[in-house]
Amino acid sequence: MQARLNVRADPTLPEFFRVRKRRRELADTWTLELEPGRPFGFLPGQFNMLYVFGVGEVPISISGDPANPEVLVHTVRAVGKTSQAICALRPGAMVGVRGPYGISWPMNEAAGGDVVVAAGGIGLAPLRSAIYHLMAQRERYGRVFLFCGGRSPELLLYSAEVRRWRSRFDIEVEVTVDSAASQWRGNLGVVTKLIARAGFEPSATTALVCGPEIMMRFAVTELVSRGVAPERVYVSMERNMKCAIGLCGHCQYGPQFICKDGPVFSYAKIERQFKVREL
Amino acid sequence: MKTIQDLIAEHAIFRDIEPSRHALIAGCGRNRPFVNGEMLMKEGDDANEFFVIRKGKVLLSIHVPGRGDLAVETLDAGEIVGLSWLFPPYKVQFDARAIGTVRTIAFDGACLRGKCDRDPVMGYALMKRFAQVMTSRLQATRLRMLDVYASAP
Repeated sequence: MQARLNVRADPTLPEFFRVRKRRRELADTWTLELEPGRPFGFLPGQFNMLYVFGVGEVPISISGDPANPEVLVHTVRAVGKTSQAICALRPGAMVGVRGPYGISWPMNEAAGGDVVVAAGGIGLAPLRSAIYHLMAQRERYGRVFLFCGGRSPELLLYSAEVRRWRSRFDIEVEVTVDSAASQWRGNLGVVTKLIARAGFEPSATTALVCGPEIMMRFAVTELVSRGVAPERVYVSMERNMKCAIGLCGHCQYGPQFICKDGPVFSYAKIERQFKVREL
Repeated sequence: MKTIQDLIAEHAIFRDIEPSRHALIAGCGRNRPFVNGEMLMKEGDDANEFFVIRKGKVLLSIHVPGRGDLAVETLDAGEIVGLSWLFPPYKVQFDARAIGTVRTIAFDGACLRGKCDRDPVMGYALMKRFAQVMTSRLQATRLRMLDVYASAP
């Protein structure tokens, strides 16, 4: 399932979209809603290059609903100069957008079987569009599990929305945190523990994993040890992307480019590189 | 209604042990329910028991003077509460409290240790399973120590 939507004559030229809304998710994380000015189709897991004039351009995954092309949603963590500038944009401000780029989550390939979605920290943002898709087309899938890991209850992304998802009867949602006050009644521990005890059928399961790379490593190990085929475990990788169209080589990952051949890869495809240090 | 022996036979930690020994192990166990907030174990107490959670969730915490009770980990159905019964000085290291209604099989640690001493084959098999539990908890603890969700420097 690869999208080459919104094909433009020059993929290096940004379009100008207006910021419609800005919502603080966490102390350093904001969600921006942009007005594309035209239907902006994308597939779950794809990303855009966001450009703040005079500051810089960064790749940010799309975290909105793929069924709603009238609004473009990005959740951004302010970690560098450009992402801080994006987070500071107010409603009415203009932002440059190139995209969507990249390989999407395998939503068609996952149909007919169970789906495990494992998110760690900000990794829930690139998975949210896939979750919207799963819920919108719920009848196409078997059991659906969402496992969210975070540092503490206060630092869980989209916490109100995750609570709403938990109230649904057709998706099994578990949240776990690394630390919490003793009044916390949820899970306390690593996200891999949730995977270990979940009731999915490994031979017919597709797993979508996104989070810090070390979290993904442990999650993949747990999924594979439970019997999920490496070909059906998908991870979203992150590297320093510049051109987003496979020309500049900044995001080279072994024989592949994250921007063009990813960011979503099956674990079977990148298993060798996944274990190479400093790659 | 399932007996303790039936429940033991189904549980991962005992499943691979020779079935003829399940009755021996069951002799040290009993059903024990806990209501919400009830303590299963308290730090510093003699570690006379351990628990296999059948249903519900248990919070492990530790009291730190000036900071109150700090949550350490939650354990769910199928997991073991209590490892201190295995080794001297047999003292409980953490508080364990029921979150909601919890049903357990409570095992008399001294009883099971005695049977393991008299039946080293069973003792070794059981020790290997408990070592797996300890290893996976150690790995999980290390992963949490890495603080992987912290902002990049």
